[in-house]
Amino acid sequence: MKQKYIQLLRTTWGNIFTEEITPVANELYLTLESGALSKLPEICSVLVKALKAHFVMLLANDERELHGKFFIYYVFSMTADNLFLILRVPVDAREREVPSITASLDSATWFEREVQDWFGIVPFPNIGKLAVHPDWPEDVYPMVKEFDLKRSVRRVKGSFDFKHVAGEGVFEIPVGPVHAGVIEPGHFRFSVAGEPIVNLDVQLFYAHKGTEKIAEGMNPHRAVFLAERISGDSSFSHAVAFCHAIERTQQIEIPQRALVIRTALLELERISNHIGDIGGVLLDVGFSIAASRAFYLKEKFMHLNEILTGSRLLRGMAAIGGVRRHIEDTLAKREAMQETLKDGQEAFEELVDLLMSSSTVLDRLESTGVLAHKDAYRLGIIGIAGRASGIDRDLRRDHPHCAYPYLKFHSVLCNEGDVFARVNVRIDEVRESFRLLEQLRRQHVDEPIKATLQSPAPDRCALGYFEGWRGEIVHWVMIGKDGNIFRWKITDPSFHNWRGLKLAVRHNIVPDFPVINKSFNLSYSGNDR
Amino acid sequence: MFKILKQSIRTGIVTNSFPAVIGDPPDGFRGKPIIDYARCTACDKCAEACPTTAITVEAKAPAESNQKILSLNYGDCIFCGECEVACPEAIRLTEDFQLATTEKSELLSQACFKESKTGYFEFSEVVAQAPPAQQSAEEIGAALKEKIDKLFGRSLHIREVDAGSCNGCEVEITALSNPVYDIERFGIHFVASPRHADMLLVTGPVTRNMEIALRQTYEATPGPKIVVAVGACAIGGGIFGKSYASCGGVDTVVPVDVYIPGCPPRPEALLHGILLAIDRYPADRLSTEE
Repeated sequence: MKQKYIQLLRTTWGNIFTEEITPVANELYLTLESGALSKLPEICSVLVKALKAHFVMLLANDERELHGKFFIYYVFSMTADNLFLILRVPVDAREREVPSITASLDSATWFEREVQDWFGIVPFPNIGKLAVHPDWPEDVYPMVKEFDLKRSVRRVKGSFDFKHVAGEGVFEIPVGPVHAGVIEPGHFRFSVAGEPIVNLDVQLFYAHKGTEKIAEGMNPHRAVFLAERISGDSSFSHAVAFCHAIERTQQIEIPQRALVIRTALLELERISNHIGDIGGVLLDVGFSIAASRAFYLKEKFMHLNEILTGSRLLRGMAAIGGVRRHIEDTLAKREAMQETLKDGQEAFEELVDLLMSSSTVLDRLESTGVLAHKDAYRLGIIGIAGRASGIDRDLRRDHPHCAYPYLKFHSVLCNEGDVFARVNVRIDEVRESFRLLEQLRRQHVDEPIKATLQSPAPDRCALGYFEGWRGEIVHWVMIGKDGNIFRWKITDPSFHNWRGLKLAVRHNIVPDFPVINKSFNLSYSGNDR
Repeated sequence: MFKILKQSIRTGIVTNSFPAVIGDPPDGFRGKPIIDYARCTACDKCAEACPTTAITVEAKAPAESNQKILSLNYGDCIFCGECEVACPEAIRLTEDFQLATTEKSELLSQACFKESKTGYFEFSEVVAQAPPAQQSAEEIGAALKEKIDKLFGRSLHIREVDAGSCNGCEVEITALSNPVYDIERFGIHFVASPRHADMLLVTGPVTRNMEIALRQTYEATPGPKIVVAVGACAIGGGIFGKSYASCGGVDTVVPVDVYIPGCPPRPEALLHGILLAIDRYPADRLSTEE
């Protein structure tokens, strides 16, 4: 499989790639020769256009102490072959320049800007700041190895560089970072002409906590708890994605029972968040009764989470090599699960019935906040937002692990790209999750829930990934010589999708912004880390 | 319309009776950890297992290596239970979750251990003791109910400020408005602007990028005002600590009146903390502010 891609690339560009040895079966690392750097944009373009690769992410790694260079890793997913192709591109430690690939691959824009802000590696042509605020000094890069985590960095003068729209009757509405509702911090700058929104600019990274930096040098077992706190509503998915990465570097075989538990909890996380989001959308269009019913239903599932795992957010469950606890080991737990699933399913169908039979609600949701398929494709929108705009991508199906290879389910797809489509995707995904849970409850495997672990093999790297409720969560972890984390890159689906939201609100009226925003429900903390 | 009525009537009232009855957390809930000093040898295993710095074992003074201080800070605890796994002999996670307090020092338990002749460390004295957990849920519930009844003339307006949390605390704060906890029945409302607020409910370790915004929000809130720090991050930085990106706790930026431990605190722990804050609202803040 790997050879096929190596041959393909070599026939076009000659022998400019070196394959790196990795024990991970579905990852192909190809290091590009320094002399062939200028070919990078073209290679990426061909990968995406001719080979139907999906751009997953790019990340920089300060490997100066290992190889005297920085490296940038461009991660592509080859869905047809369940393979990740990773281009490893050397960057000179002094010049710190690399060609930009955004001209042919728009979805890489934010990633390149983040690399510029955190590593000082400039993808030319140079683009503005993203991941640091204007009061951050010019020549300080937090992710290079010599930067001390505990260092206090002075504030410099600077102001946000928003895109201003000029014209008669055009006004700006600033919102945030402290919002009107109970939501995370971020700044929105609307340019409006009357009611319609002409442009929306978003300033994020208010919730930047230096998570990736904190993890450097950390014991992987301890970092699981950090992974749980990347994005609170996706605690378990992020933790599983991280554990998955570590397990792949160490070739750890997970017991079947642990896989079943993981899958069940991941689906429970999906159910409670989707129902909460449906409630949020209903609240934002003023249908309070149905919203209350949704929140009540969500609460039931949060309560179930607590009964099964001891934590309403499923924290303290993920562990490298499996899970920390059984979930259905007592009669009380089994009954709670049985009952909540049964009642929950009925209550959910009633909720859907309420929603669908209210013409005023449908009127607000349909054709609101449309994200067209071609825009979604260009921006690399993924997850529920992507599937609502016809982007047929679901890691559970495309790169399956956990118990998904043995389970029957279908990936939901809508094409309209409006708020209603995003609600519909959620509705159908909740139904699928119920079906998945039923299948999982029939799996009786008597096995340990955690693999026995050896001391970690050093100098390994691997991807860990999972389709969380919001979309695909991808982590990349490199274990250093001491067995601790050398570099950990976290990509939350929100990092891809924020640009989609900016586009979807255009030409909509300001009062529809909350409901459009809720229909995406992007994570700030996951984006900012 | 009939559908709505039918569904509503069939569902009935789902709101719980907090604080008269406090729902016991289910078996396996990870609440307040306690250390049985008699079985502890200050061996450091728990401190090593702790992902935050909630548990530390240090020499009492550089010169006194024969004495160790074992500290357990509930403010920094993320209730992961790793200490219990590392030392099931002496550490147990209880079901207590209502840990809010008005004094940060009350979140700390410390004990001194002395080296014995056999070379092991033995418990010698308690240095600081976090107040014991409430006697029983019912008793506390009744007491709180009385306080609220007394204060009911006043409604409380809360502005929630996310100063860079992971969103976990927000999930639970949002849950306060659902029909089960229904915080509005206490006359407590979440408002859209700090100008309308009596209380700031702050989450997150206060990131560098939120520091100024938090300070400005505090200044925009009319006095008298109270600040509640929600969650381990807000109390002392939690798992994120203090770094280039994080200030390491709300009280490094604005004064804090009540601390609610948890990662995140359950909705009932939040209610408890908020009600604790109301109790002291008229008593000592009115006279000291402005």
